[in-house]
Amino acid sequence: MAGPRSDHHVILRVVAKPLIPIIALFALYVHFHGDYSPGGGFQAGVIIVVAVVLYALVFGITPAMRAVPPVFARSLAALGFIIFAGVGVWALVMGGNFLDYDVLFNEEPGGHMGQHYGIIAVEVGVLFAVAGSMLSIFYAFAGRVTEIKDEDW
Amino acid sequence: MIAGYSGADLAIALINVLLLGLLFVVGVAIARMRSLFAIVMLSGIYSLISATWFVALDAVDVAFTEAAVGAGISTALLLGAMLLTARTAKPEKGAMQIVPILVVLATGAMLVYATIDLPAFGDPDSPANTYVGTDYLERTPKEIAVPNIVTAVLASYRGFDTLGETGVVFTAALAVILLLGFGERSLSATFNRKKDKQ
Repeated sequence: MAGPRSDHHVILRVVAKPLIPIIALFALYVHFHGDYSPGGGFQAGVIIVVAVVLYALVFGITPAMRAVPPVFARSLAALGFIIFAGVGVWALVMGGNFLDYDVLFNEEPGGHMGQHYGIIAVEVGVLFAVAGSMLSIFYAFAGRVTEIKDEDW
Repeated sequence: MIAGYSGADLAIALINVLLLGLLFVVGVAIARMRSLFAIVMLSGIYSLISATWFVALDAVDVAFTEAAVGAGISTALLLGAMLLTARTAKPEKGAMQIVPILVVLATGAMLVYATIDLPAFGDPDSPANTYVGTDYLERTPKEIAVPNIVTAVLASYRGFDTLGETGVVFTAALAVILLLGFGERSLSATFNRKKDKQ
């Protein structure tokens, strides 16, 4: 954890550090490739949180909270849910049913733009809500302990 | 060969037996352990083996979610929760050990009895593959035009369900925050310590 730099976790730090951006990049791939392959907002949200959790486990909870503040995490969760529900309300305003993406852009029958962008918007909402919620839960648990010593494990 | 399996089918059957056997061993190990750290780690392993088994069953989306949520984030969350409590579980006394095993055996017997009525794995005439499943497969290219039908069902046809799931995750975070606080105490504690030193 966030001990002096000369401790015996140096190999762990060196190995974990390059993994963190790769995990974050993989999360974006999982998210934006969700239309074509397994995956989507839910899995991508969890994977992106795993990157932050790995950072917190290796470098300590306080640097992680400085990199991704808890305020940001919980705002992101609320924003994601608002985006998802907002797409539903958008469809209502356009004269369709709740979450009926066909009416989003007033297109001709047979057009798929509404479905396409509706799904993308909803998936972004899921990504934000899941990532923010999971990170808030992790901070709530891990933030109770100021510093985790090796003996505590 | 064994019970009429041959070739690739035999390999898949053996892999299934191996994975389920590993799940059983891990489950028994979790039940017998007292160290919470080892239990959390073993439950992560359990999730990872289940994810592998889901891949063997061609349920790739489920496997992906299980690997990310079950083996990834919930192991980390359980580790965080474990630090807030004792390190070992209290051993159960005498008669209390009998009740759980009876419950487990009864539930297991009921589940095995229920599998007798299940359709065979991959049966094209099973209820899951006939009514609404084929409907989605036929309609998705025309109506949604998304290559991954799971995404089409999840985000469009069953969008309302997914909204509810997202709400559940959000509510879980709210509940944990209400119970434990925002977790910013450690951040402010570190800042205060630095101020005291200066």
